[in-house]
Amino acid sequence: MASESLALREQFGSPGHQRDTSAVGMWLFLATEVLFFGGLFVGFGVYRMYYTQGFVEGAREMTLVIGSINTAVLFTSCLTMSLAIRSMSQGNQFRTYVLLLITIGIGLAFIALKFVEYYFHYKAHKVPGIWFESSSLYAGAEELFLVYYFVLTGLHVIHLSIGIGITAVMAVRTAIGRFSASWHTPLEVTGIYWHFVDIIWCFLYAIFYIPGFHK
Amino acid sequence: MIATAKIEAVEAPNYLTEKHGIKSWLLTIDHKRIALLYIFGITGFFVIGGVAALLMRLELLTPATDLVDPETYNKLFTAHGIVMVFFFLVPSIPTTLGNFLIPLMIGAKDLALPKLNLASWYVYMAGGAITLYAIASGGVDTGWTFYTPFSTVYSTTHVAAAAIGIFLVGFSSIMTGLNFIVTIHQLRAPGMTWFRMPLFLWSHYATSVVMILGTPVLAVTLLMVLVERVFGVGIFSPELGGDPVLFQHMFWFYSHPAVYIMILPSMGVVSELIAAFSRKAVFGYVFVAFSSIAIAVLGFLVWGHHMFVAGESVYSAMAFSILSYTVGVPSAIKVFNWSATLYKGSIAWETPLIYAIGFIGLFTIGGLTGLFVAALGIDVHVTDTYFVIAHFHYIMVGGAVMGYLGGLHYWWPKISGRMYPEALAKAAALIVFLGFNLTFFPQFVLGWLGMPRRYAAYPPEWQFLNIISTAGATILGVGYALPLVYLTWSWKYGPRAGANPWRATGLEWQVPSPPPTHNFEVTPIVTHKAYDYAGMKEQLGLG
Repeated sequence: MASESLALREQFGSPGHQRDTSAVGMWLFLATEVLFFGGLFVGFGVYRMYYTQGFVEGAREMTLVIGSINTAVLFTSCLTMSLAIRSMSQGNQFRTYVLLLITIGIGLAFIALKFVEYYFHYKAHKVPGIWFESSSLYAGAEELFLVYYFVLTGLHVIHLSIGIGITAVMAVRTAIGRFSASWHTPLEVTGIYWHFVDIIWCFLYAIFYIPGFHK
Repeated sequence: MIATAKIEAVEAPNYLTEKHGIKSWLLTIDHKRIALLYIFGITGFFVIGGVAALLMRLELLTPATDLVDPETYNKLFTAHGIVMVFFFLVPSIPTTLGNFLIPLMIGAKDLALPKLNLASWYVYMAGGAITLYAIASGGVDTGWTFYTPFSTVYSTTHVAAAAIGIFLVGFSSIMTGLNFIVTIHQLRAPGMTWFRMPLFLWSHYATSVVMILGTPVLAVTLLMVLVERVFGVGIFSPELGGDPVLFQHMFWFYSHPAVYIMILPSMGVVSELIAAFSRKAVFGYVFVAFSSIAIAVLGFLVWGHHMFVAGESVYSAMAFSILSYTVGVPSAIKVFNWSATLYKGSIAWETPLIYAIGFIGLFTIGGLTGLFVAALGIDVHVTDTYFVIAHFHYIMVGGAVMGYLGGLHYWWPKISGRMYPEALAKAAALIVFLGFNLTFFPQFVLGWLGMPRRYAAYPPEWQFLNIISTAGATILGVGYALPLVYLTWSWKYGPRAGANPWRATGLEWQVPSPPPTHNFEVTPIVTHKAYDYAGMKEQLGLG
């Protein structure tokens, strides 16, 4: 087991100090992420106000079943991630490792389902700019809706992929015994990021899927 | 006491001499070395941006378009704007002086996240390389503002590459800001309470907040520009159903606060300089500290004043106009408090102080003309004229660059361990001041007379003022070239500086010059307020 002192950098007074600092850094990073996604949410909101009807028609193109299942899937990964961190703070290395692998699996399942949905859009000729056809009176607005849909969900998938990559590194580090009950800061910080990515999805589900509930 | 520090500085290994070789620089996580890497980077970009400006001024010597054709002129002002804003002004003071000094000033051994700090430099250089590619391979003609739909639909130049470069450099800025906030929160030495911090730190804290909250919005805006341009879908282009004014809102949501990213660090530098060379604590410390925060907060609420003529509703325009006026309040607090600090101070007319005094004057002119353009009626008259150009150059060049140069001279002994040639430096400071005013004051007049920005040609009756402006730009160029030459010279041949050549307060002056790699042997304990010249007389050898 690597000791805490090995992981302690010179600019910090104590491991606790270093852990707090890492957490502060991650929270600030998430603040930038909120603004990053926020710019897109604002744009979406403005156009939804301009083109309400077209945006509702766009929302009806969504595969509600997949979106809803994916929401549940991602929530489950939140649970497994939290349990993984809890297991580590109890010193259970093996359980942490298994839970992290499950988290990764669930994340990959989400991405797989997302691409199935993208494939459906492609089949339905609903990919803006590349292959888009619509007989709707509001075709332009529908395309704009889909632009925001692809950009936002695409960015979300990129964020999730990064999260999966980092979680994989954490799983390896857990397996080779880098973390202990008293020191597993990288794992905790990864958890904060993971939950953030999940929360972003909640908002995406709300703006893209819910308006299409009534077919 | 100062003499012994001098001997230590010569003998003990410092951050420059402890390790050697190119690898020890490119893989360093020492904040002081990274600051030097940044100095190389931003100086290079400053020269590129400066050459573009000089070419534009040469073209404007005559009313006709004779030196460059209008297309090339468009590319020149775009290159000048992009390089100066994103690759020089925004990173200038934070990544160099900020990087070097923040850990020293708070008594820490490094920034909180040293690897992130190094990563930010690489991201900065990568973004710079891509943008330079865009400029070198044919240029961009949209202006640094990338207004849609020209940038997304009609321009046939390398918009995409430039946007990717700026997107990247934005993340470098976010990394720097994040690092500073975490560091200032977490790594202050015992006794270094918030209200004992030098004002340089307060202004960098405020700057960092703007960096981490504003920059992501620019990033996502440029991303949408790229999507519209590459896929031909309508996001901002009106004929495809988009809203070009939405682009302007999103762009200025970052790019107006970006002005405060440029000026706030400079204000921090000036606070340090004024205190050090008048031997007094800054008058109304708490007000100056909170005025930085106020500028950062209010700075986020005024972006709409860039769209007074862009079809913004008159009610939003009125709100943005009033909010823009309010930024004048904290700015004025700073100017008045600096002046009050000088009053009855024991003033030493060293080079850094000349820059600081120059800053106060030029910033005041820039700020007061900012009130002109914040007024709805006047703004309609002067929008997109040289009046606006002159106004923001008084802030960005007269303000930000003067502060940068003043700070660079003040801390040069700390960074290099050598003094610069004082007489030459004083001459250069005066040349910069004269050259600057000669360049930009005529532009106020030209703008008021109606000369629009971004044109390569103009009616002959404006030639006289344009000649003065170009002559001033040449003098300004000389003023900037001089420090480049003599600072480089002094790096090797300047007389050695002691630990505290200015006899200033501040923890950075209590370590040898140049500082050792790990800054402080023993974590210092802070017992005085910032600028406590009265209380620290004996310590500083002023008794």
